[in-house]
Amino acid sequence: MLRFNRWQTIGLALLMVLAAYVTAPNFFPKDDPLPGFPGTGLTLGLDLQGGSYLLLEVGTDDVIDRRIDNLRADIRTEFRRAPRLRFTGLERSGDAITLRVPEGEDFEAAETRLRRLSRPLTGAPGRNLAVSSNPEARQLSVTLTDEAREKYASDAVEQSITAVRRRIDNLGTVEPSIQKQGDQRLVLQVPGDGDSERLKSVIGRTGQLSFHMVDDTVGPQEIQSGRIPPRRLVYPSTDGSGTLALFETPDVTGDMITDASAQPNPDGGGFQVNFAFDNRGQRRFADVTRDNIGRRFAIVLDEQIISAPTIQTPILGGSGRITGRFSPEEATELSILIKSGALPAPLQVIEQRTVGADLGADSVRAGTIALIIGFAAVVIYIAFTYGRFGLYADIALFANVLLIAGALSLLGATLTLPGIAGIVLTIGMAVDANVLIFERIREEVASGKPSVAAVEAGYKNAWSAILDANLTTLIAALIMFQLGSGPVRGFAVTLGIGVITSVFTAFVITRVFAGGYVLRARPKTLKI
Amino acid sequence: MAFQLIPSDTKINFVQFRFVALAVSTLLLIGSVAAFFTIGLNFGIDFRGGVTVEIGPGEGEAFDESSLTLARQAVDGLNLGDVRVQNITNPGGEQGIVAFIEAVTDGEDGDTRQNEIASQVQDALRGALGETISIRRVDVVGPTVSGELIQRGVTALVVAIALMLVYIWFRFEWQFSIGAILALTHDVILTIGVFAVTQLEFTLAIIAALLTIIGYSMNDTVVIYDRIRENLRKFKKMSLKDVINLSVNQTLGRTIMTSLTTLLAVVALFVFGGSVLRGFSFALIWGVVVGTYSTVYIASPLLLQTGVKRDWSESGAKADSAAAT
Repeated sequence: MLRFNRWQTIGLALLMVLAAYVTAPNFFPKDDPLPGFPGTGLTLGLDLQGGSYLLLEVGTDDVIDRRIDNLRADIRTEFRRAPRLRFTGLERSGDAITLRVPEGEDFEAAETRLRRLSRPLTGAPGRNLAVSSNPEARQLSVTLTDEAREKYASDAVEQSITAVRRRIDNLGTVEPSIQKQGDQRLVLQVPGDGDSERLKSVIGRTGQLSFHMVDDTVGPQEIQSGRIPPRRLVYPSTDGSGTLALFETPDVTGDMITDASAQPNPDGGGFQVNFAFDNRGQRRFADVTRDNIGRRFAIVLDEQIISAPTIQTPILGGSGRITGRFSPEEATELSILIKSGALPAPLQVIEQRTVGADLGADSVRAGTIALIIGFAAVVIYIAFTYGRFGLYADIALFANVLLIAGALSLLGATLTLPGIAGIVLTIGMAVDANVLIFERIREEVASGKPSVAAVEAGYKNAWSAILDANLTTLIAALIMFQLGSGPVRGFAVTLGIGVITSVFTAFVITRVFAGGYVLRARPKTLKI
Repeated sequence: MAFQLIPSDTKINFVQFRFVALAVSTLLLIGSVAAFFTIGLNFGIDFRGGVTVEIGPGEGEAFDESSLTLARQAVDGLNLGDVRVQNITNPGGEQGIVAFIEAVTDGEDGDTRQNEIASQVQDALRGALGETISIRRVDVVGPTVSGELIQRGVTALVVAIALMLVYIWFRFEWQFSIGAILALTHDVILTIGVFAVTQLEFTLAIIAALLTIIGYSMNDTVVIYDRIRENLRKFKKMSLKDVINLSVNQTLGRTIMTSLTTLLAVVALFVFGGSVLRGFSFALIWGVVVGTYSTVYIASPLLLQTGVKRDWSESGAKADSAAAT
């Protein structure tokens, strides 16, 4: 058990060299990598390099709600097609749209007509609508199937990821990471020392842009008293100049805009946002402005009027501007929103963790100091207690730290402050396996065994305890990884890896040295 | 001869102290539970929901005595309800100020409200102390998330203890399982108790610390149990009491040694690791001490109460364990 053949020793040495090889790039800046070394390396967690972690919830309920509302219009259109079918009481009740087929109208024909609305889902099994009928009450009801709900929700989440990424990219942030978590959540991680409030305001707005004509026949008195004609919208202005009534149907919508940018307003104070339409938008905008000279149109963003200029001349060139005395930041934000397109559903920040870059740097420094001091204290103490064998254990401890670093680098793991704590703790606990072995050797020596036999028996008899003891810690680490979030996971990863590598180094590496020593020197009394 | 802390021939009669230990532990357990229910834990925003904003002076600037007062006035002026504003020393040694704001969970828009508060507090602090201050940390935990974090934390602890129970049951037998789990639960309760008494902030990291303590305490217990099992095989005629005493004494060197090296590491973490890790490393220090104590004085002597199978030979492995005591 104490003898290692040459190949085993070479294999161990190679393993260490490999660990050093994959760890080395960490000590050089990422943009100036070491030639000939792999591109592996640890990523510092946001708590160490500074940055924002945002957990976002996608308002998928809103999306589904809107889909159900839209069904009403679909039903109306379908029933008005020739041959026309009469219906009454078209209304929403709960998650369904219900209607009644009056006496004298063909109930079955109505049901068939309604069923025709249901289509197969694209890219998913099943159909979108479920129709139920009650012939006695002459009532029909239609609702979304569970498959459709799931599909629409997951589509909304996917589209949100794209939209958020576009916005963050337009904000000029480097290396953002966006991941889906669970059914309706996104994790957004943005490294760097940026302003988290700015970040939140850029992604927190739906960014639904539309152009509506203003209905100037509805004055402030009518709005005040609620005498609004049908198919009009009443929205407030962002500049606080009151509310206006707009025609419900937008003339141009945000998806027809291809580009937007912020620029100082040449005609006066503040900044403006320039935008450009695609072909469709250009045609529509030209038609509307030509037909409505002298009237006002409103630019609406998320149910707020950001500007309502009077049309002076037809705008045929396919570009326009929004002026409104914006600050440079507001104008930039607005242009990002317009350019990136709307979110399919509102996003809600439900958890935020932002760490400034200087606090991160402080944490790296503190973590490193704790690591070095903890390591040194343990190394000295072990050498003092076990003498020559203690030094072997110290070598194993070095090897252990190297292997942990190598494994983390190879996995491309993210190192967090709790992760560093995990490494420090592992150093303290890693020597346990060696302590078990050495104490066992002491006992074997005390029971009168010759040195080689004592060392051999020490390793052999300690194994069962080492295995049991470390498996329990591994179980704890696995649970933390499974159920923990962010920082706790970082701790679990280093603790788990540390447990595995420490058993290996304590049991194998020290044995190479200890075995080599007793076999070579054959000491009469074992100093341990 | 290298240094040996515990002489090889140490023969302390640990089992004899078991009633004293039991009394001490019972008192501490009662105290912990009482502290938990009367004083309660100082839950961090992870579990309670809320907003934390930490600021530091801008580059080349420093906070003076009036800074805290100014910051407090600014945040109080927002009328946010339960607010704490206090000084904090950062890992770098410089002064900072932290504002803690209690959860606003009423109503459906609790999440929205909290994000507004986070932004208001930052604006207020900038207004009071200058635009150049550095925002060092902003944590916002909405009511939805904090509820989930509590649930996951408790689940993690329960699952951990259950898995340990099953593990010991498989590797040893159920009597060992009972002793180990009682010792574990003892450690967890005492750690929660010390957090209630000291009013240190109880965060997500403390749950991680508790899980680590569970792993560590188990580790300690398993090593002694392993030795007890070995000695039961070796000394078939020795009384259980003597076997336990012998085993605890034989492994005492290792128990102390490992506790000390682990303590060295976590104390380094506590002293040098900075404020972020302070609560976490404190829990670990406490856990290592309590875990070691419970292993020696609780887990092992408890085997006397539950009794263990004496015949560990292969043929006897299936023998009725109850009959052997």
